[in-house]
Amino acid sequence: MNLQIALLLGQDGVTSGAIYALLALALVLVFAVTRVIFIPQGEFVAFGALTLAGLQADRLPGTIWLLLALGTAIALVEGGAALRQRRYRRIPLILLVNCAAPLLLAGALVAVSPAGLPLPIQVLLALMLVVPLGPMIYRLVYQPVAEVSVLALLIVSVAVHVTLIGLGLFFFGAEGSRTPAFTEVSFEFGEAVLQGQTILVVVASLVLIIALYFFFERTLYGKALRATAMNRTGARLMGISGQLAGMLSFTLAAAIGAFSGILISPITTIYYDSGFLIGLKGFVGAIIGGLASYPVAAAGAVLVGLLESYSSFWASAFKEVIVFTLILPVLLWRSLTTRHPEEG
Amino acid sequence: MGGLLAVLGWALAAGVQADINVGVTLSATGPAASLGIPEKNTIALLPATIAGQKVNYIVLDDASDTTTAVKNARKLIAEDKVDVIIGSTTTPNSLAMIDVVAEAETPMISMAAGAKIIEPMDAKRAWVFKTPQNDAQMATAIVEHMTNNNVRTVAYIGFADAYGEGWWNEFSKIAEVRKIQIVANERFNRGDTSVTGQVLKIIAAKPDAVLIGGAGTPAALPQKSLKEKGYKGIIYQTHGVANADFLRVCGKDCEGTFLPAGPVLVAAQLPDSNPIKKAALEYLGKYEAVHGKGSVSTFGAHAWDATKLLVSAVPEALRKAQPGTPEFRKALRDALEKTRNLTATHGVFNMSPQDHLGFDQRARVMVRIDGGTWKLVQ
Repeated sequence: MNLQIALLLGQDGVTSGAIYALLALALVLVFAVTRVIFIPQGEFVAFGALTLAGLQADRLPGTIWLLLALGTAIALVEGGAALRQRRYRRIPLILLVNCAAPLLLAGALVAVSPAGLPLPIQVLLALMLVVPLGPMIYRLVYQPVAEVSVLALLIVSVAVHVTLIGLGLFFFGAEGSRTPAFTEVSFEFGEAVLQGQTILVVVASLVLIIALYFFFERTLYGKALRATAMNRTGARLMGISGQLAGMLSFTLAAAIGAFSGILISPITTIYYDSGFLIGLKGFVGAIIGGLASYPVAAAGAVLVGLLESYSSFWASAFKEVIVFTLILPVLLWRSLTTRHPEEG
Repeated sequence: MGGLLAVLGWALAAGVQADINVGVTLSATGPAASLGIPEKNTIALLPATIAGQKVNYIVLDDASDTTTAVKNARKLIAEDKVDVIIGSTTTPNSLAMIDVVAEAETPMISMAAGAKIIEPMDAKRAWVFKTPQNDAQMATAIVEHMTNNNVRTVAYIGFADAYGEGWWNEFSKIAEVRKIQIVANERFNRGDTSVTGQVLKIIAAKPDAVLIGGAGTPAALPQKSLKEKGYKGIIYQTHGVANADFLRVCGKDCEGTFLPAGPVLVAAQLPDSNPIKKAALEYLGKYEAVHGKGSVSTFGAHAWDATKLLVSAVPEALRKAQPGTPEFRKALRDALEKTRNLTATHGVFNMSPQDHLGFDQRARVMVRIDGGTWKLVQ
């Protein structure tokens, strides 16, 4: 191994580490606010990337059907509740948000051919298709069981994960897709070539992390989320709705996931099931942060990326083993150094 | 109730022939889905009658999972009383099913490539047949091509699973005999997002050629990385990549790549004198009529070939026994083993008690990717 190879591996590790870091942050956020270990986080990566690829291939992405179906289901649930409570004036709004908006989006996609649109618009469309799935899944699946134990929520997560994987295969097929690079720029260092896309991934991740920081520090909604994470009952007594906090955290998680997918799909081929492994590596990062600390989780995720990259050079057959074994010393260390209050 | 029994008794007494039940278990979901889906599509095109007998196909999905494949095999035998099992898609699944079918004395035709499925021949494997070429046959074709093109040093990068390991074993054995030096041996996972480390190590070893032992679109990742990092040598892929999606994902980075494949992949380019051309074009025509032009892959053709074997073996078995009986299954096994000169889409079957595949070198061609299509290398 010479310096050039070491640098290239380092660059590769930081690039994947940046994506893992984003996912680790999303996992910590969702867990802190709702106590849900969000296993389907990775599915949003795959859905985001494949929806964009579908748009670029001028196919109507399957995610639109999921959006319509979930929207209709929520409209039925909420509409039914409004009818029982005789709050008829809420019904138009429910229908507008859950049925009309997705229908409008579907209509727009059918009307204009998305393949001809400029890339930023395609990205925006893909995000509009995938991100609402986050809060919708929360509303339908998690909100009715929001008060059950962490273990039960984990089991629900596994169910959601398996369902989404199956739907992914149905929507996008077994084969993977790549999207064209956002930028063709590349820099040369001696013999090594640095792709513009990898720099873009790192920069975009950093920007997103900084934006998240300001969101939590400076905005009312961000503070509401932090308050809920610290003390759910206390926050509710202060008038912060647990439902709103849950919806918001799932929206953020879905947005981060879908955006990560769109970022990396020009670098690697994404399959309907690739999200799980990417999410799992983000989860290792989140575990290093104890599912509580954002900076440690992000640093842990970058460590995972670097470890992965260097081990792929030295012992490619054992790469995954090395990465996931990292969790053992971390868990040991955490269980020795922290106290665990019993969780209900 | 009594009336019903009477009718049943009459039906049996009249000797109404039972239908032939064909059980199919394939990997239509899970990691091997890109192989299993075209196979499943092919099953829908299969003949509804063989030798005048109605055929029922019972298709189950094993989700690329070994345990489920075994469960499916048991279910097909116990509940559906099948006369023969076609499946499964992958080598590990097929290996796991051998014990089940041997115990129930039901013939099985696997659609997986691993030579271990039918070798070494023993009492259990006597019930097992397969239609895809052995990896060894394909590896020989690659090594031959390498020797002809003055390749002295080779690097290998393959899947970190049974597929990559199987190719490594076959390829390294044959390469050693032919005096080709292997300078690097790397692994990657199907779901990997980056293979930079492996690729850098390969490039540092400066091989004349690189062989990528992967299947489907994941095999495009090392190739794209190699090109991106400036590798200029020859790149070989295995027949596992022979579908249109691979070309779509790999794009211009795959130009000039060589791979061995079943002749069905380039059927239209085969000389008219080749008997395989007609058989392969027949399948292609049927498949593309339903699923659109360019949709065909070599994997579905393995399922088609499995039925070709059945069509030729069933009439002889029918002369000896009725479907649904152990005697029929035994007769079917014997007839399958006696298959001679049967032209299918991937080659010509010449089975023997020792060889339950029976392909010769007609079952493979070298193919080059040229302008985003498969070109037969003469």
